[in-house]
Amino acid sequence: MSNIPADLRFAESHEWARLEADGSVTVGISDHAQEALGDVVFVELAEVGKTFAAGDQAGVVESVKAASDIYSPIAGEVVAVNEELDGSPESLNSDPYGAWIFKLKPADAQADLAKLLDAAGYKAAIGE
Amino acid sequence: MGQRTPLFDLHLALGAKLVDFGGWDMPLHYGSQVEEHHQVRRDCGIFDVSHMHVIDVSGSGAKPWLQHLLANDVGRLQSTGRALYSAMLDTRGGIVDDMIVYLTDEGYRLVVNAATGAKDMAWMNAHLAGFDVQLTHRSELAMLAIQGPLARHKIAELVTQARAELIHTLKPFEGQQQGDWFIARTGYTGEDGLEIILPSDQACSFFNDMVGAGISPIGLGARDTLRLEAGMNLYGQEIDEQVSPLISNMAWTVAWTPADRDFIGRKALEAEKAKGVESRLVGLVLEERGVLRAHQVVRIAEVGEGEITSGSFSPTLSKSIALARVPMATGDRAEVEIRGKWYPVRVVQPTFVRHGKALI
Repeated sequence: MSNIPADLRFAESHEWARLEADGSVTVGISDHAQEALGDVVFVELAEVGKTFAAGDQAGVVESVKAASDIYSPIAGEVVAVNEELDGSPESLNSDPYGAWIFKLKPADAQADLAKLLDAAGYKAAIGE
Repeated sequence: MGQRTPLFDLHLALGAKLVDFGGWDMPLHYGSQVEEHHQVRRDCGIFDVSHMHVIDVSGSGAKPWLQHLLANDVGRLQSTGRALYSAMLDTRGGIVDDMIVYLTDEGYRLVVNAATGAKDMAWMNAHLAGFDVQLTHRSELAMLAIQGPLARHKIAELVTQARAELIHTLKPFEGQQQGDWFIARTGYTGEDGLEIILPSDQACSFFNDMVGAGISPIGLGARDTLRLEAGMNLYGQEIDEQVSPLISNMAWTVAWTPADRDFIGRKALEAEKAKGVESRLVGLVLEERGVLRAHQVVRIAEVGEGEITSGSFSPTLSKSIALARVPMATGDRAEVEIRGKWYPVRVVQPTFVRHGKALI
């Protein structure tokens, strides 16, 4: 049974998104995703300034097992990436909701976030 | 549902995440693959390798038959317990399987790969004509590997005195029967350690004893990164029926002398040698961040192209390493394509780590 915080929205591709007080949206991968990936050893981050549509490929998480694409759950411009993942990629395993991957300045946060799953919907989607 | 070893329920109870390996449901890891890898390099750990096949060979024709069947020469085994590593080839020189062969009091004991057991038995049975040989597939036996610098010391404390004495005196690459256990100082990690073949009904309690003594269970995930660091081939990755031992870092396992030993595949290997061996298996080290993976393309300037056969992150070296088949003329630099971008890699001898120490 994985941890699914009630205050986050989730993509079916296992990214989480959190609307911050300053209007930005923080993105990471779910506890279920890190569990399935196994030990994460490298994260290929997006470039700051890049603009994504919802569902665009936005980086790669490499575990000992395999490489997995990560997708932007909403549309927006990348305003920050978590450089700390360069030195400690394993924090995606140990703290999946603290170790964020990138932050977006959303194009239309309310509409895009509404299209994502809430905690109950994600829980059902992963069969828990 | 895949096949299960006698330890399946115990793996689940220990929290194993399962993976299909050659039709078997096996533990991938019990929490963290990387931690399990370090555990084996620094201390020791236990692997359930009961999915591998044990085949006993007896009869007056056992020796000449194996000298015909295998590319290495069992005539080199001078005393009971000595072992050798060999390929079993088809007539084109392709590798049907790789295995360890032990000389026993009754004949020989072969340990072959999990996914190839049925194919091997069919191949062997098809080549029995004219030899007085009996083959016994010992599917009632389980096999446990205990690997790491402290493995022999820790196991000796958990077994009978006679077994402990044997564990202390075994030479590397030697295996001896002790009661109903066969204890060998062999493995697939590049560390010291043991492989113990024992009756299935004793495997669970012995596994439990070891876990109770604080020895960690290790999954196939770490087994793969350990063998990759050790530069050891995995059947189905580096080797299969499409490749010969001469391009697989296994030329040392082909016994050319005596010249009149007519083993299956010999003519094909001789022709390959006469024509000039075209490629070789090397190690690659990625100095930049990223992970090398099987089937990525290797490019060598002014020489040609090759392909990665196994790649992963090396927990011991904290960088990505790979085994790759490249043209013979490859020097010490190459490039690998990862997601459309070319990354420089170092070309090295394919042994990255041995006895806990980095060799590259």
